Amino acid sequence: MTGFARSRPGGWLPVAATLSALVVFPLVVDDGSWLNTAVLVLLYAGLAQAWNILGGFAGQISLGNAAFFGIGAYTSTVLLDRWNVSPWLGMPIGAVIAAGFAVAVFFPFFRLGGHYFAIATIALAEILLILFTNWAFVRGARGMTIPFVRGPDRRPTDSWAFLQFNESRVPYYYVVLGLAVLAVAIAIAVERSKLGYYLRAIKNDQQAARSLGVPVLRYKLIAVAISAAVSAVFGTFYAQYLLFIDPETTMRLELSVLIALVAILGGVGTVVGPLLGALVLIPLSEVTRSQLAGSGNTLDLVLYGGLIMLIAVFQPNGLVAVGDRVRRRRRAVRPAGDGAERGDAPLVGAPGAGD
Amino acid sequence: MDGDVLLQAIASGLLIGMVYALISVGLTLIFGLMEIVNFAHGEFLMLAMYAAFFGRSLVGLDPMLSLPATVGLLFLLGVLTYRGIISRILHAPMLAQIFATFGLGLFLRGLAQFFWSPDFRSVEAPFLAGLSGGGVEVGSVSLGVPQSAAALLAGLAFLALYLFIDRSRTGLALQAVAEDRATATLMGINSDRMFALGWGLGAACVGLAGAVLATFYYIYPSVGVVFALIAYITVALGGFGSVPGALVAGLLVGLVEVVSPTLFGFSPAYKYAVVFGFYLAVVLVRPQGLFGRF
Repeated sequence: MTGFARSRPGGWLPVAATLSALVVFPLVVDDGSWLNTAVLVLLYAGLAQAWNILGGFAGQISLGNAAFFGIGAYTSTVLLDRWNVSPWLGMPIGAVIAAGFAVAVFFPFFRLGGHYFAIATIALAEILLILFTNWAFVRGARGMTIPFVRGPDRRPTDSWAFLQFNESRVPYYYVVLGLAVLAVAIAIAVERSKLGYYLRAIKNDQQAARSLGVPVLRYKLIAVAISAAVSAVFGTFYAQYLLFIDPETTMRLELSVLIALVAILGGVGTVVGPLLGALVLIPLSEVTRSQLAGSGNTLDLVLYGGLIMLIAVFQPNGLVAVGDRVRRRRRAVRPAGDGAERGDAPLVGAPGAGD
Repeated sequence: MDGDVLLQAIASGLLIGMVYALISVGLTLIFGLMEIVNFAHGEFLMLAMYAAFFGRSLVGLDPMLSLPATVGLLFLLGVLTYRGIISRILHAPMLAQIFATFGLGLFLRGLAQFFWSPDFRSVEAPFLAGLSGGGVEVGSVSLGVPQSAAALLAGLAFLALYLFIDRSRTGLALQAVAEDRATATLMGINSDRMFALGWGLGAACVGLAGAVLATFYYIYPSVGVVFALIAYITVALGGFGSVPGALVAGLLVGLVEVVSPTLFGFSPAYKYAVVFGFYLAVVLVRPQGLFGRF
């Protein structure tokens, strides 16, 4: 769709600028709640990016991605809790388990079309939520607390080896920034590879793709495996960030929906979309919650729901489409003053008309 | 395994199954008409339950007496939702449609909690709960009066829907629009009005369900969430857009939910996991649901 607009050569400058801004952010902003918001933005940007690989590129709408997130969170936490395995090791193990689980379960799911598929993913995540809520091995609904890493003076301390930072939260920011960059890199790699072309072909017309020899099922499975693995990695991070997980916070339907929502509001099927969506939606939800929900009311929900509704109605192709429209208009205006380029103008505007 | 216990579970499952069917039929009507899933359906149910509650606490009307008003209000809400939101996104991508209605649901839930607090409420001394001590004995099986009345009303609603859709001119026009919007328009049917009517009817069904549910269930802002989840499963199980599918699937879901813990002896905590698992097992064999057309 619009993802390739960003692969033009001049695109590196904004990328470098954004990255440097992200790196210096905690040095400039010395405020706990903003740092927390930034961590959440990056977390959801990564999760939405993972969702986007299956939901955006391949057009398979999952409303159960929290299941993968939860598997990641629980795998590393159980390994740490029972066998004192570092989360850095638990993270890839969780990713592998989530990917294996995704492939095994989605193998039959991919027969389902449209809404049937979406509802099946909801059912799957709900089943997992109920099982974990009643599973004594993972302490059921009470959840699991990750014990502090303590220094020689018995006080909670920082530990890179065990991915736990109690003195300053800033290292968490850099960890999640690194993971988000990794997720974006994976998404870009997928987008530009043969896999990306196949996924888009599947999204546009599955029957046509199949008749042209695309092994549809295999590529969908690869997409869901990548999506699940990336989601699980963020699950481990989340567990270490909060030092507490329970089935409700890691696997509930609202989380699955929010992940999809971030990607959709930003713009489905583009690499920039999920980032944009997270940047807009997460601070909005955090700010409205801290400003309005303090007295126990839910005006934040009202505002949040109302906004989602408005964006869906007035900007159904996501925020990315706003930028594209502006850019298109600017380009369409420019050649008007320059006679030699006039012939290009309609061509520039044309590709967007179909999406 | 005691036969009486099983019989009791079957009866209870069928009663609640009728309510599930009634909630689901609103969803499936709308989907059959325009292929949009209303993700605010649970919040419609919640509003209907509050309408029944406030009918009692403010005006003193029993939920059974305020029932026509509740159904009428929900019909209006459905039409307004169509006019205000849905008619603008008829041609938008499916994702935008999902999130428009999902946003509406969050919005309504937030409003309900803001104005009416998250407290659990219940209708004070509903007429049905007092009728014949609130229960009737049929052989060895005892049935709650409110639950039985809910099932009975749901059955009547299905009958009325069937007569309306299959026998009336307007119902035939609805079917024509669902079948082929463009051709129906050529035949002089105003498809926009039919869509509005579909939303009104869909919401009215869930309104009826909410009014009867309010007589035996707690009322709180997020009460719709779990019922909506079951309704999605029910609709998909029956086949999106199929009215008989919603009835059969609703009964099946009710049966599985109540009978399976009794029959196989696991904790009721797992009952929804079994329901969802049952759904997955069925659609993996029949991807279009039990009565689906595609």
